[in-house]
Amino acid sequence: MNARSPWNAERAAAIVEANRHLRGNLLPILHALQEEFGCIDEDAVPLLASELNLSRADVHGVVSFYHEFRRTRPGRHTIKVCRAEACQSMNADGLIDHIRRRLKVNFHETTADDAFTLEPVFCLGNCALAPAMMVDETLHGRVSPGRFDSIAASTLAAEAAR
Amino acid sequence: MSATMHTVYVPRDAAALSVGAEEVAAAIRAEATKRGLPLRIVRNGSRGMLWLEPLVEVETAEGRVAYGPVSAEDVPGLFDAGFLQGAEHALGHGLTEAIPYFAKQERLTFARCGIIDPLSVEDYRLHGGFRGLERALAMTPAEIVAEVTESGLRGRGGAGFPTGIKWNTVLNAWADQKYICCNADEGDSGTFADRMIMEGDPFCLIEGMTIAAIAVGATEGYIYIRSEYPHAVATMREAIRLAYDEKWLGDAIHGTAHRFHLDVRVGAGAYICGEETSMLESLEGKRGTVRAKPPLPALEGLFGKPTVVNNVLSLTSVPVILDKGAAYYRDFGVGRSRGTLAFQLAGNIKHGGIVEKAFGVTLHELLYEFGGGTITGRPIRAVQAGGPLGAYLPPSLFDLPKDYEAFAAVEAMVGHGGIVVFDDGVDMARQARFAMEFCAAESCGKCTPCRIGAVRGVEVMDRIIAGQNVAANVTLLQDLCEVMTDGSLCAMGGMTPIPVRSALKHFPEDFTRSPTAVAAE
Repeated sequence: MNARSPWNAERAAAIVEANRHLRGNLLPILHALQEEFGCIDEDAVPLLASELNLSRADVHGVVSFYHEFRRTRPGRHTIKVCRAEACQSMNADGLIDHIRRRLKVNFHETTADDAFTLEPVFCLGNCALAPAMMVDETLHGRVSPGRFDSIAASTLAAEAAR
Repeated sequence: MSATMHTVYVPRDAAALSVGAEEVAAAIRAEATKRGLPLRIVRNGSRGMLWLEPLVEVETAEGRVAYGPVSAEDVPGLFDAGFLQGAEHALGHGLTEAIPYFAKQERLTFARCGIIDPLSVEDYRLHGGFRGLERALAMTPAEIVAEVTESGLRGRGGAGFPTGIKWNTVLNAWADQKYICCNADEGDSGTFADRMIMEGDPFCLIEGMTIAAIAVGATEGYIYIRSEYPHAVATMREAIRLAYDEKWLGDAIHGTAHRFHLDVRVGAGAYICGEETSMLESLEGKRGTVRAKPPLPALEGLFGKPTVVNNVLSLTSVPVILDKGAAYYRDFGVGRSRGTLAFQLAGNIKHGGIVEKAFGVTLHELLYEFGGGTITGRPIRAVQAGGPLGAYLPPSLFDLPKDYEAFAAVEAMVGHGGIVVFDDGVDMARQARFAMEFCAAESCGKCTPCRIGAVRGVEVMDRIIAGQNVAANVTLLQDLCEVMTDGSLCAMGGMTPIPVRSALKHFPEDFTRSPTAVAAE
């Protein structure tokens, strides 16, 4: 389940403070901010620039370089589906077509009910059990279209049960 | 009812979890409670026989007995059959270590993986852990470097550069601070050995990095793990915490004057950060753009200081070299490829997993004797060896021995040991297009041949696939590949042409299909 707290400058400043002592601290801070807010909020850029003595361009450059950092909040769950070669050999393309049709989204989009954001990924390290996908931080292997449907359904059921 | 305490192993490896190991462990615990049987469940790493996951093992007097692939629904039946005594069952495979796939391997680096509890220092010690480090603590830095050099160990990340020579450069560099950086940004499709050993034997990596630190005079180290590996990140962090607790890391390693501090850093979804200089930029908190070399990272690396950058498998091979000596390790392998490599069988393969063998094993042995052919049951048409920048090879080359030089001679590479298998349904023109598409998506953008070339490559491939002016476009593609190979700053742009050219060379028929034939499919 993604954390998606609204932007809070005080909380963000505390995260910066907690990681300030690390050398090369920008990536750890960005990870921590995304874990808290679900994305790198627009307001994070000037804050980081001033706190870390960087230009806004530097911060923006780092945020935009890495695929993992988002600029908008995701849905409640993130589905990362692998489209690299090992999964291709086990018809990942067919699985991806199924997922797109089933969720009615393309890559980088969120479903209308805000439940799932679909992201492509190049390799999850589960290449002997392809095709692979990750829902939040849970890895799944041998994902057939039918297995995808049941994983999506049980993800929502587990959420409803909480 | 027997009151004997039984020990059952259920892997915590991410691949095992991806097919239900957590549910199986819970079901076994519940069933044992229901039946009033005292039971200890150890969450081990994976044995590497991934098609059998979740592979449940039961400790017996004869050794560990394997059952797999087990689902939660199978658990009551396993209890009924008496699996706690190692009884026969439809899912049973007898003694784990007698399974031919496992028995035929030469496990040096992965010797403990899947056997021990990955987060028990005691278990690690019982299985020979920290013996290499203990020996290193009594040696001079130059002696350690010499031992690694003599072992013939070469960089397991793909480039195959002799590890001892790299260490020697760092040892002889003068600086107030030196670093050990472990490259665990295992982004190549078809590879998962780094992930498996970090999850299954994390202390082995800590031990290897500590030995490296003592050898070159470094006092700080980082493990750069890709964000796609949350399980490996969690396991490594916990293992580091335990190692500090037991004084295997910190200011007085094992009561000596040696100091080494280790931290995990997490990548953020950029394939290029597996390139060593790009990884260093990322560790410094910057965009992961490639640096021009020279200066070598060994002289000006992390924060401008002399730095050893080694792959996970290079560093996890170091403890056994120090423990058993250079000659023991060097006696495995062929030619200038010494020791073993953990080959990874992936994609459309019946028996996918880790096969650690000495160099010299052929692709044919790996694909058929170990792998059992494709899972779809169709003939293998191509394999991609060495990741997304590796060559596509046809069955006529499957007798090739796995050896850095033999592979280089046919414009292929061993790389990180990953082998992705495709059956006869594969369209090699599409695979060539994907190689360019991947490069376009993952190029750091610093040099033009890679940044622009990959985009042009996708466009040219689209025209070829559409059957437009194919002969002229293939010539153009060859020209483009030459520019990228000769003009790119690093292996990303420089080697993307390898899968493209190998597909064109070995599977030309896929590039010259008429547009009507393509449209008819």
